[in-house]
This record gives sequence, C-alpha cells and structure tokens, in this order.
Amino acid sequence: MSNAQAQKSVLWDWLTTVDHKKIGIMYLVAGGFFFALGGLEAILMRIQLMFPNFDFVTAQTFNELLTMHGTTMIFLAAMPLLFGFMNYIVPLQIGARDVAFPFLNSLGFWLFLFGGVLLNLSWFLGGAPDAGWTAYVPLSSEYSGTGIDYYVLGLQISGLGTLIAGINFLVTIINMRAPGMSMMRMPLFTWSSFVASALILFAFPALTVGLLLLMLERLFGATYFAVDVGGNVVIWQHLFWIFGHPEVYILILPAFGIFSEVLSTFSKKRLFGYSAMVFATLIIGFLGFMVWAHHMFTVGIGPVANAIFAVATMAIAVPTGIKIFNWLFTMWGGRIQFTTANLFAIAFIPSFVMGGVTGIMLATSAANYQFHDTYFVVAHFHYVIIGGVVFGLFSGAFYWWPRMFGYKLNETLGKWFFWLFLFGFHLTFFVQHFIGLMGMPRRVASYLPGQGIDELNFVSTMGAFLMSVAFILLVVNVIVSVKNKSEADPWDGRTLEWAIPTPTPEYNFAQTPLVRELDALWYEKTHGNGKIKAAEPLDDIHMPNGSILPIFMSLGLFLASFGLIYQVHPVTIIGLAITLGAMFIRSIKEDHGYHIHKEDIKKEEGVG
Amino acid sequence: MAEAVKHEQTLPSHPEKATLEGKNKFLGFWFFLGGETVLFASLFGTYLGLRNGVADGPTSQDLFHLDLVFIMTMILLTSSLTSVFAMINMKKGNFKGLIIWMWATVFLGACFLGFEIYEFIVYVDYGLGFTTSAFASSFYTLVGTHGGHVLFGILWISTLLIRYRKAGITLTNAPKFYVASLYWHFIDVVWVFIFTVVYLMGV
Amino acid sequence: MDPHVTDPSAPLKGKPSKKAERQLAREGKQQIISFVFMIFLTSIAFLTVASDTIPNRFAIPFILIIAAVQVIMQLYYFMHLNERGNGWTNIMLWTGFFVAALTVATLMLLIGVTKY
Repeated sequence: MSNAQAQKSVLWDWLTTVDHKKIGIMYLVAGGFFFALGGLEAILMRIQLMFPNFDFVTAQTFNELLTMHGTTMIFLAAMPLLFGFMNYIVPLQIGARDVAFPFLNSLGFWLFLFGGVLLNLSWFLGGAPDAGWTAYVPLSSEYSGTGIDYYVLGLQISGLGTLIAGINFLVTIINMRAPGMSMMRMPLFTWSSFVASALILFAFPALTVGLLLLMLERLFGATYFAVDVGGNVVIWQHLFWIFGHPEVYILILPAFGIFSEVLSTFSKKRLFGYSAMVFATLIIGFLGFMVWAHHMFTVGIGPVANAIFAVATMAIAVPTGIKIFNWLFTMWGGRIQFTTANLFAIAFIPSFVMGGVTGIMLATSAANYQFHDTYFVVAHFHYVIIGGVVFGLFSGAFYWWPRMFGYKLNETLGKWFFWLFLFGFHLTFFVQHFIGLMGMPRRVASYLPGQGIDELNFVSTMGAFLMSVAFILLVVNVIVSVKNKSEADPWDGRTLEWAIPTPTPEYNFAQTPLVRELDALWYEKTHGNGKIKAAEPLDDIHMPNGSILPIFMSLGLFLASFGLIYQVHPVTIIGLAITLGAMFIRSIKEDHGYHIHKEDIKKEEGVG
Repeated sequence: MAEAVKHEQTLPSHPEKATLEGKNKFLGFWFFLGGETVLFASLFGTYLGLRNGVADGPTSQDLFHLDLVFIMTMILLTSSLTSVFAMINMKKGNFKGLIIWMWATVFLGACFLGFEIYEFIVYVDYGLGFTTSAFASSFYTLVGTHGGHVLFGILWISTLLIRYRKAGITLTNAPKFYVASLYWHFIDVVWVFIFTVVYLMGV
Repeated sequence: MDPHVTDPSAPLKGKPSKKAERQLAREGKQQIISFVFMIFLTSIAFLTVASDTIPNRFAIPFILIIAAVQVIMQLYYFMHLNERGNGWTNIMLWTGFFVAALTVATLMLLIGVTKY
C-alpha cells in the first residue's frame, strides 16, 4: 500500500497533500506573496504622500490601495504566515505525527488561497474595494462599487478557512500530545497558538455574520444598515470589532510565542516564569474579547460604556507587562547569542513597548476624541503590528528555517536585513506620531503644504523605502543561502522539533517520543544521553491519504462568488453544487489511509 | 485476518469515541458548536437591535401566531428525543434501531421545515418582504439561518443513512452518526431561544 | 492490511456489558423524564405569554429563565455534557456562551439609540 504513494508527480503531490509540513510551507509561500503585494501597496501610498499635493495616484486609487493594504496584510499575509509556522512547528513541538484533521487542514489552506485570489482579482475587474479595511456602512453598503462585493465574498471564503484551521489546532493540541507532554510542559509557541486558535473560534463567527449581512444588504436589498427603513449602522461596527479586536490578539499571541522560544534558546536559559507566561497568555486572550468598543469611542455609545471599555483596555497592559518582564529576566544572566532571530526578538521588546504606551494613550477615552482617525493611530498600530507581529515572523523565519527547509539563512545578510528594517521601520512610523498630533487625518490621499508636516511625511516615505530594500535583502538571502546545508539541531535547541533528523521525515517521529520535562530536548541533553526516549516500540506508521477534494470545495465557492457578484445565478448554483458535491463524496467515501512499514522506517532512520 | 476479526467484534461502550479519529471528531465538532453559538448570538443581537425598526411594514404583533409556533416547537423537541433514542440504540449495538430513529428524526425535521416555509409564505403575503424593513431583514436572516441549518442537517443525516443502510455499526460510522445527532440537538437549542426571544417576546 | 490493525469498516458485533446495559437504561429513563419536563416547560412559557393577565415585566424574565433551563437540560442530558472527560468541551462551550451574551447585550443596548 505504501508503494502507491511514491509514484505521484510532484505537482499532484503538493495539490493533494494533507501533510501538515507541506501545508505549512504552502501557507508560508502564499503568505509571503501577499506580504510582498501588501508591501507594494504601502510603498505606492507612501510615494503619493511624499510631497504635499502630489499627483502620483488618483484619490480613488489611493482609497483602493489603503483598503487593500490593510485587508491583505491582516488576512492574507500576517495570519497565513503565522499559520505556516503553526502548521509546521506545533505538531513537532507536541510530538505528534500530524494534526487532528489532515483533510480539513488542507481545506483550510485552499479556502484561504481562493479567498485571497478572489479579493485581489477585484483590481482587474472593476476596481478594488475602497471603503477601508473596516468597510464601515453606509459607505460600503451604499456608496461603493463592486470592489466591496469582492471584499465581502473573498473574506468570507478565507475566513471559513481560518475558522477550520483554528478548530484543527485546538483539537490537535488537546488530543495529539505525546505521552508525558502535559499542558504545562508545552512550549510557549504551542500554548500561544492554542489560545490564538480559541480566539479564532469565537471571533470569526461575528465576522461571518457581519459579512453575510453586508452581502445580503448589497446584493439582495436587505435593510439592516438602511436608516430610513429602521436600520442601524452601528451594528456593523460592533460586529466588525467583536471580530476585529480579538483578531489583533490572534496575530500577536503566536508572535509572543515565537519570541519566548527564541529568547530562551539564544539565552541558553529556561524561559523565566513559564507558568506566569501561560497565565498571562490566557488572560490576554480573555480580556481581548471585552475591549472591542475602544475602536468606537467617538461613535457615541455613551460615557459609561466608554469608561468600561477604557478600563478593560488598560487592564490588558498588566498581563502584557508580565510578559515583557519575563522576557527581560529570561535574558538576564544568560549567555546571549546575537543571531538574526534573536536580534529581532530583542528589538521587539522596546518597539512593542512603544506601541503599548501609545495604546494606553488611545485607551483614554476622553483623549481618544483628539487622537481618533489621525496618523497617531496609524503610528500606534504599526508599532504593535510591525514591532510585534512582523518582527515575530522574521524572528521565527530565521529560527525555524533550517528545520523547515533544511538550510540556514546567511547570518551576515540577515544582520544587514535586520538593521535596515529596524531603522526603516522606526523612521517611517516614529514621525507619524507627530504628524498625527499635528492633526493630519489618516486615510487622506493628499495634504496641503505649509502645515509643518511636509518634511515629516518625506522622512516617513524614506523609511518605507529602507524597509523595502531590507525586504529585498531577505528575498536575496533566501535564494543565495540554499547551499548552506544545516544539521538537524543548528541552534542547540530545547524543544522537540529539534530532536528529529533533517529533512523532517514524512512521519515526523519514527517512535512517539516520551516527554519527561518542560524543554524536553534540553532535559535529555542535560540529564540523559541527549536523545529523546521513545514511548513505543518501532512499528508500522499509519498515514492519511492525500485528496484533491479540498481544491474542488474551494473552487466551487470561488465560482459561486462570481455568480453572486454579477447576479448570474446559474453560476452560483453550479459553484455551490461543486462544493456540496465534493463534500458529499468526502462523506460517503471511506478512506482509511495507508501504512509505512517498519522496514522502510528503519532504512530511512539509518538503523538496523 | 482471523486475529483482527476477534478484535473488532467487541462493542465498545462508546463506539463514537473508540478511535483517535472518533475522539478528534467529537471534540472538534463540539468546538465548532461553540463557534456557532457566537454566530447565532450575532444574528440574535442584530434582530434584537432592529426589531423595532419596522418602517411602514407590519410589526411582529401583526404577524406572529402562537399556535403555529407551538406546533413547530413540539415537532423539533420530539425530533431531539428521537435522535437520543437513535444514539441509545447505537450504544446498545442495535443498528436497526439506530437507522429507524434517525429516519424519524429526519422526517420530523422535514415537517418542521415545511411549516417554516409555509410561515414565511404567509408573512410575505401579509406584506413582510425581505426588504420591507430592518425588522423584516433581520427576522428572516435569523430564522432563515436556523432553517438553513435544519435543511443541511436533513441532507447530511439522509446521506449517512443511505450510505450506511447495510453497513452495521462500525468504528468509522459511529462518530459520524454521533456528531450528526449533536448537530441536531444544537439546532433545537437554538430554536428554544428563537421561540422565546423572537416569537414569545414579539407577540 | 496488517493483521494487527482492526478494520474500521467492519460491523461491530456483540452486546454491551451488563454494566453498560444498566447505565444505558438509566440514561434512557433520565432522558424521557427530561423530555417530559421540557414539554412541560415549553407549554408553561407559551401559556404565560398567551394569557393576557400576566404583566410583561414578569413574563419576559420568566420565559427567559425557562429557556435557559431547557437549554441546559438539552446540553447535559441529551448531548451528554454531564459525562466525565468533557472538561474541554464544557470550557469551550461556556466561553462561547460568554462571548455570545456580551454580543447580544451590546447589539441590543449600545447602538447609539440610548446613550449609556
């Protein structure tokens, strides 16, 4: 039975794969592409704002660029890139052979990709969405073109994929842990992925409903947001932010997890205050659901309501502070190695704290009336998202690259990349605090000269150019380092993912590992013979079969979306029929997978 | 193979959770229902926020009749009981009982759906179109999403029943039937809130 | 197929153990009692609203409490949340209810119609 696997072509293998490692890599590739696209959109905006009254792009194009930049970066770049790491690393860190639902894992990826492609096709088919990534009604319901239809359906499809991925990670982490891997022995990256997945589970349904309502309003004439027939526009804002605020924690928590791994590995010390870190992660996740109205302080929901949400928002600073101090104490007295991964982790701390401080300023609801919708807000959220999430992604990339691709990224180029990016980032966004305080509103396509913001805008654009140069260096690094083969455990790692041979075998662990302590591999290095003990004798390994059905399910929804947007309902029906048909086949066809034989495993592992 | 037969003949006390796949499916489906809770809460909230926004259209007091809703509630409640019976039969190893009670569930679900469609037609005739007012849109969206769940449940359970009509209880289909019955109970849970919040509070 | 791997599509034969039988019988009885009780509660709720003599400020909280009781019975007796080993399902479901309650309260109250 196992022989049938070897004969597939490479392309077919990747299209049908249900292997969490390959899906992780596909998330990284697709996410990386959208990251570059979102970055390009940002650069075009910064060029437009380089000089007052500049005519580089039209105001309409500018609106489309700013909408697509935000939407792409959040939904199609940051989240998929994190999913890439979560997919590849979490099963390895808990000693599992795969995720709980390999088929759904693949479905989640393809839904995300088709949703992302659908959203971006709007550029060529009548203009991209132009109502901001928040798509507030009635601007998005009554005054926007077909771009918003692409936004609604593209995000609906990719959001479905995200929800599936979230459930998958939750079940994987609960049910698939190796013997001895209790919850309180899980590496912090796994813990933060777990909490982020729970946030996905409870936050995304609100977005699903919000997008559904907006779609019904735009395409079928429903009247939830039409004030003249009893509608209310604040409902959209609530639904969007009930999802939207947890979303930023969905992004930042896995990044926190990455920093915890990296700082502890490169300080050669156990993470300081492990249980406090876990507790802080849970508290942040919990509080993350009770603060969304701080995005709506100026809407007019009332002073008491504003005060409650302001206090809840400020409370989040406490668990976050616990984390910051624990990272500092992890480094304290450690033998710190300044690798690129660790440089990003160290630079994250001050950068993110700055974003946190402006966050507290914005949470002060009275002062928020001044800051609202100015560049001060833009500076704040880029400090937390770039200084937190993007630094985390780069740190994780340099740290896990040898595990995922079998080669090490060049450290010299990496350090050039780090310094250029760090400098460019602060240059771009630090000045935006002052631009905002001087009164420049966000989302404007141009500004008049002589208001004291010309030079600052120019400086900001220069910083953006530096960041692009840095990003190009990263791409170069990825290509030129290919020959730089890496051993299995290049960083003297502490956790299970470094205990297996490289390249990672299809079945991950020939024998399910036995975990005896937090930082399982480090424990064996210091208390044992440096090898992880096995929890079972070597035996045949059961593997799931690949499937092409996820692509068809996603393709069906993709087609149906076009039918809905252009009101050609035969196409809608055909699309939905493809999706339901694929689900039907999946339901009636029993597929019990195949086995890799003991002898083949012995051969591959080089034993016997 | 002889050895294997000996193995698989024993009926575990929880056939739906006897394999790792079954355990995963069980847990994953419960989590999905946790997410569905928020989905329906968003729809309930929207309805409650907009239910007085009737514009020139009919109000809930003009439309709702308790007798029809009462019948629908009883049907759905009973279908919940029949799916419980199906699960008891599955655990007893009585495949025939499982199939019969599941078909009863599907039948009751179809009756419920029929009444709901009838109800919507009556309302539309009365002048409550989907686009008439914010109340109308949010009412049809909430109750319609529930009805859509009922429809999906009927299709899903029928597919399982036809596919496994002769298979007997196996380690593969036990979890499938089990999560389908969980789904069905959840539909009933949502309906309890719909008849209370929408109909009883709207008369 | 390897001999030591059980075939997942083979029908399961045999009877449950005596202990499991007793357990199932007890469960079945519990479920029928809950069903009768739920029918009873539903009827009370409908009657409360149908009789015009009961004032709304009593009727609405009353029927909401009845609904909550019914839902808890569904979850714990029909859907077996009361069984052992359901820790995670309980945690996630109640978190869901918590977020759901916040969502409903907000969409009802904080939509700018009345300022709080």
